[in-house]
Amino acid sequence: MKPGFFALSLMAMLLGGPVQAETVIVTLEKDNALAVIDPVAGKLIKTIEVGQRPRGIALSPDNKVLYVATSDDNTVKIIDAESFQELGQLPSGDDPETFALSPAGDRLYVSNEDDYLVTVIDVINKQAIAEIKVGIEPEGIAVSYDNQWVVSASETTNMIHWIDVKSNSIVDNTLVDARPRAASFTQDNAQLWVTSEMAGTLMILDVASKQIIKKIKLDIPSVSADKIQPVGVVIDKERRWGYVAIGPANRVAVINAQTLEVEKFLLVGQRVWNLAFSADQKRLYTTNGRSNDVSIIDLENHKVMKSVAVGRFPWGIVSKP
Amino acid sequence: MKILLTKIVFFIVLGWIAINPVYAESPQIIKISYLTQQQKPPAALSNLDVFIQHKGLMGAKIAVDDNNTTGQFTAQKFELKTIIVPVEGDVIEQFQQQVSDDTALVITNLPAQQLKQIADLDVAKGKLFFDATTTDDDLRNNKCRNNILHMLPSRAMRADALAQYMMKKRWTKWFLVSGMTAEDRLYASAIKRAVGRFGIKLVAEKQWTHTYDARRTAQSDIPVFTQGIDYDVLVVADEQGLFGEYLEYRTWNPRPVVGTQGLVPSAWHKTHEQWGAVQIQNRFKTLAGRHMQEQDYGAYLAARAIGEAAVRTKSNQLTKIKAYLLGDEFALQGYKGKPLSFRAWNGQLRQPVLLAAARSLVAAAPVDGFLHPKSELDTLGFDQPESSCNQTVLEQITASPIVEQGTSQDVESRIQKLIQRLKNYYNSKWK
Repeated sequence: MKPGFFALSLMAMLLGGPVQAETVIVTLEKDNALAVIDPVAGKLIKTIEVGQRPRGIALSPDNKVLYVATSDDNTVKIIDAESFQELGQLPSGDDPETFALSPAGDRLYVSNEDDYLVTVIDVINKQAIAEIKVGIEPEGIAVSYDNQWVVSASETTNMIHWIDVKSNSIVDNTLVDARPRAASFTQDNAQLWVTSEMAGTLMILDVASKQIIKKIKLDIPSVSADKIQPVGVVIDKERRWGYVAIGPANRVAVINAQTLEVEKFLLVGQRVWNLAFSADQKRLYTTNGRSNDVSIIDLENHKVMKSVAVGRFPWGIVSKP
Repeated sequence: MKILLTKIVFFIVLGWIAINPVYAESPQIIKISYLTQQQKPPAALSNLDVFIQHKGLMGAKIAVDDNNTTGQFTAQKFELKTIIVPVEGDVIEQFQQQVSDDTALVITNLPAQQLKQIADLDVAKGKLFFDATTTDDDLRNNKCRNNILHMLPSRAMRADALAQYMMKKRWTKWFLVSGMTAEDRLYASAIKRAVGRFGIKLVAEKQWTHTYDARRTAQSDIPVFTQGIDYDVLVVADEQGLFGEYLEYRTWNPRPVVGTQGLVPSAWHKTHEQWGAVQIQNRFKTLAGRHMQEQDYGAYLAARAIGEAAVRTKSNQLTKIKAYLLGDEFALQGYKGKPLSFRAWNGQLRQPVLLAAARSLVAAAPVDGFLHPKSELDTLGFDQPESSCNQTVLEQITASPIVEQGTSQDVESRIQKLIQRLKNYYNSKWK
């Protein structure tokens, strides 16, 4: 780091001024570290050692605490979102990769891919309070905003399991396209969006009926079908736009969430994996696993503004206001 | 009292969960047979690799377990019947006796010749065979059958995978060494096909005729054998592994060894961990107590393909299952980063081919830059225009007795003649 820049950021930190208004935090799977980015300046601020093979990451509702799945340490670490000091660990079960936090931040739901389980963790008491048997190789997991449903996507069983939050048990299952990867609820809890890595589709499920109401085949002219492998998916608060990261196709699909049609594809870095909004939802951030950078997309114009080199294998991403 | 009450409520809830969800009606049964013959341990090159009896079976078992996990939620039950014919037994007889009329789906771990004989039986017409083990190109071309699907990459696919990577490295001067078995000859032909296809130079070609007990003589034989030739890589065709391992580090010039030994193109390898593969590798190791072999992978994919088709079509009927397997919607997850599907022109499963060294995965083909208008996976092996399979695999199975020639008999026979001429050419060059 240049000394000038260091002095500047030190000054900014001391003044607590507007420069640090927002930070984006990225897990670096191969560097065993977190990267901290200033998305407005489009600069990497620092990287911090965190543990073996960090992947999933979430921010507590009060923005004070980060949860990071360090897969090869078989734990989810609790990290102070300001100082990046480790505060503790959660008993996640083996090889945690993806997890979801309840809206209140009191429960953490972890996919245990090798044991076909979803582990429910009481965050306050740092205890596993339930294990729910799901299909083979559970991966994508999400909690509805009204805290009614936890959904778990099992990659080999090809199902979305609907877990009732109160009873911690499966009450329904929806068969979806091959190798479902990620799932996200719309803010109004009416829809669940699910990506299928192998079929190259985005499926929109109706939460009330648990049925697929629309299937969008993501075809990109000039990209061969076997490279269309959708992974991360997010939908904005107004349900105006949804965005899908399409892995090795190196693109993000912009979906009109009203008409459920693909509006356009934005070229980002290589093997785009996970997505996160800025707090004001004016920007979208992508982790590009193979080109080792984060793309910053301006959502007012749907244009890629910048890419920031972060380190090896960026995986998970959160934005802290 | 309160505790007791909670307990009672708990058990009521538990009971409700156990009986309620989807298992209310009796499940649909999907019957699968697995047919194989016991193998005599072949002559071993060294005692490092323990002979594995029943390669393949464990793959089928794990996949059927996976299917049944899904089946719990879809009210389907997959039943696997294992038929292991003893070394001296008659496979055809056992097939006729043991594979029942109501079992249409048969996974086989049999050599090409036996599989062909079985598939041609009258009782086999209404069945679909999942060949989990052969790599035979003829069985996918002029000797193809419309009731066989092939799970493992053919020799041609393997050779093409190797050629693509060698092209990328610009190691394009090849010295081919082959053994004396019929299989080695077929592997060598596949290599030579790739040579022609990718514009590689075959600078030398030799047959290994030395003794196989090379432990004593390798150090002196191999330098002499490889001396005086200017080449980039030594390509070895030794499917049984009788001498190939001895080539590396003993050649006259320092050159890498590729082919059946050294850098090996294969469907599956213990070093493969990408694209979720580590999950299935670990699951397999836990259950089988050993690494997953190619045949296990082939049988795994076969049973998983059946599971996918049965779950998606909600059916145990062969016509529906076969139509789904060969249709556009079928996308099988095979832990190799790309969806797998069947080539409708010869029943071959489209798939990436791994290029692995003993302890590291070097590359996965198709290699970037080898393009194809439909699927880059079809840059490997016999593409539709090259195929001499004259049977549309997606024919109505019951209504179609196997015919040796298609309607355009003239064209077909001309192609056959052409292939024969090519073969003669290669064979003559061989001798």
